[in-house]
Amino acid sequence: MEKWAGKDLFQGYGMTPLLEVQDLHVSYGAASGKSGVALAGVSLRLLAGETLGVLGESGSGKSTLAAALLRILPANGIVECGAVRFDGRELLQCDAREMEKIRGGRMALIFQEPSQALHPALRVRQQVCDVLAAHTDLSRAALRERTGRVLAAVFPTETERIARSYPHELSGGQRARVLIAQAICCEPALIVADEPTASLDAETQMEILQLFRRLREEFKLALIWITHNPALLAGFADRVMILYAGRVAEVGPTAEVLFSPRHPYTQALLRCLPPGLGKGYVGRKTKLAVIPGVAPVTLRDAGRCVFEARCSDRMDACVSGEPELVCVAGKQFVSCVKYAG
Amino acid sequence: MEALLKLENVGKRYGGVDASGVRKEVRALDDVSLTIYPRSTLALVGPSGSGKSTLALCMALLEPMSSGKIWFEGTEITNLPERQRRAVRSNIQMVFQDPVSSLNPRMTALELVMEPLRVQKRGDHRAQRGKAGDLLERVGLRGEKLNERPSEFSGGQRQRIAIARALALEPKLLILDEALSALDCSVQAQIVNLLFELQASLALTYVFITHDMAMAAHLADEIAVMDHGRVVEMGVVARIVNGPQHAVTQRLLAAARGIDNVADAPRPVQ
Repeated sequence: MEKWAGKDLFQGYGMTPLLEVQDLHVSYGAASGKSGVALAGVSLRLLAGETLGVLGESGSGKSTLAAALLRILPANGIVECGAVRFDGRELLQCDAREMEKIRGGRMALIFQEPSQALHPALRVRQQVCDVLAAHTDLSRAALRERTGRVLAAVFPTETERIARSYPHELSGGQRARVLIAQAICCEPALIVADEPTASLDAETQMEILQLFRRLREEFKLALIWITHNPALLAGFADRVMILYAGRVAEVGPTAEVLFSPRHPYTQALLRCLPPGLGKGYVGRKTKLAVIPGVAPVTLRDAGRCVFEARCSDRMDACVSGEPELVCVAGKQFVSCVKYAG
Repeated sequence: MEALLKLENVGKRYGGVDASGVRKEVRALDDVSLTIYPRSTLALVGPSGSGKSTLALCMALLEPMSSGKIWFEGTEITNLPERQRRAVRSNIQMVFQDPVSSLNPRMTALELVMEPLRVQKRGDHRAQRGKAGDLLERVGLRGEKLNERPSEFSGGQRQRIAIARALALEPKLLILDEALSALDCSVQAQIVNLLFELQASLALTYVFITHDMAMAAHLADEIAVMDHGRVVEMGVVARIVNGPQHAVTQRLLAAARGIDNVADAPRPVQ
């Protein structure tokens, strides 16, 4: 059952979403590694060309969401229920061959570790060309031309040198760009990026964000940008979704969620950050705010608000049932008892 | 006040051949001089490849320097014989970025913290166990957890184990090389608070390597900015943040401000 009515969310849009996820529940069977529930009812909508930031800490289910969307969950990953509609197709019902065409073609994924995701013994040009060859029927000449164009878009300077290089000859930021080139070369409608800049320094992260701003404009890309770092999303994502214990705590326009958060978890999380480097900065070696306790193990039916034990605003009503995601203002939705009813 | 650690004209060169077979020399560190005072925190910042980690390894006497001198508590330690180096090394310990690869996955938390004591032959087995248990408790881990292996712990807990281990030999200086980078924001805050407490109660001095300028400025008394193996600027936090002189410092601050505006936002009333 949908958790909120479509017309509340898209008032005035009048558009069909590119991606629609309804009440997705994913868990891992008891094989080695992860086990237990990862997602307990996540719904989201994404319009063509829109950027959704997914903010969550370890255990929130954010990487499971990425894997579930592209249907690359490990063998013990089970989609218990829910629907994923992309480009008008029910993704969870596509067979392996159909998914292979969609993955890399219409929908692409960028992983976190650029150093591990690239083939160490193939030159950059070959690695991008291979992706194109796998998803298109282009002639050799057309493949070369398209590869050249993609590489030029991602590496505006030194294109030739980078194209001829092996991954070990590149910096971390350059390797990340190669992954981006592989992701965009088939001109997908949607890219899911799971912490693509986590291992890069701050300046390089900024450059990659700039690159994405250019590419999403040029290629009309929709983006799902998954991260644990809220600072990356301000001024970059159109909307932000906060994940906690496998559920959506809050979702709405970026400025609203990051600068006027309603959910106590979002508020607590943003309070943990060190002070910004504004004018007249005075360094104070003071303790940072913390969120007491630890994130709970995700349960399918918690029977109470999953954040209640750590919440500074907790009330008795918080233990009587899980709060629903409700609209609080404009396009901001929160699942918190304070706003229920 | 006497300096705890002093470096003068430190250089570190690596020789080798590049991809086309030409002999090349890489200057990982180039004429680095700096002074660290007791109970202070120095943040070492700079772009990737600027030499921060190399400098850390030289400070910790884990890598030899190619040139320059180094003093610890007024005594020159540049060319000490190995036995005396070992004694000094126990005074300078490191915590690394990746809690997964820096902890032996087959040892329990207790064994990991006991290991430095065993290697340096400090006390008998019972004393070592007691001390390790105390240290782990100090960093917030206790009970049955102590007999578990790293894989049973979260990232933040693993860093706590790494910190307890680094404190086993009662160092005066702790070098943290991107020790927070892999952690979630809320966990970073917890570890930062732990580091503040430990600094006060154990009179520790910190060198904090990071590319998170906001965190560097919050934790440190002074910031040293590195680029291509050199320290290009160094000063008190307020001066560096409000009046950066060198282009690299200015770039780092601009990048930090560009993606840092979340922390500047007015806090909600609710």
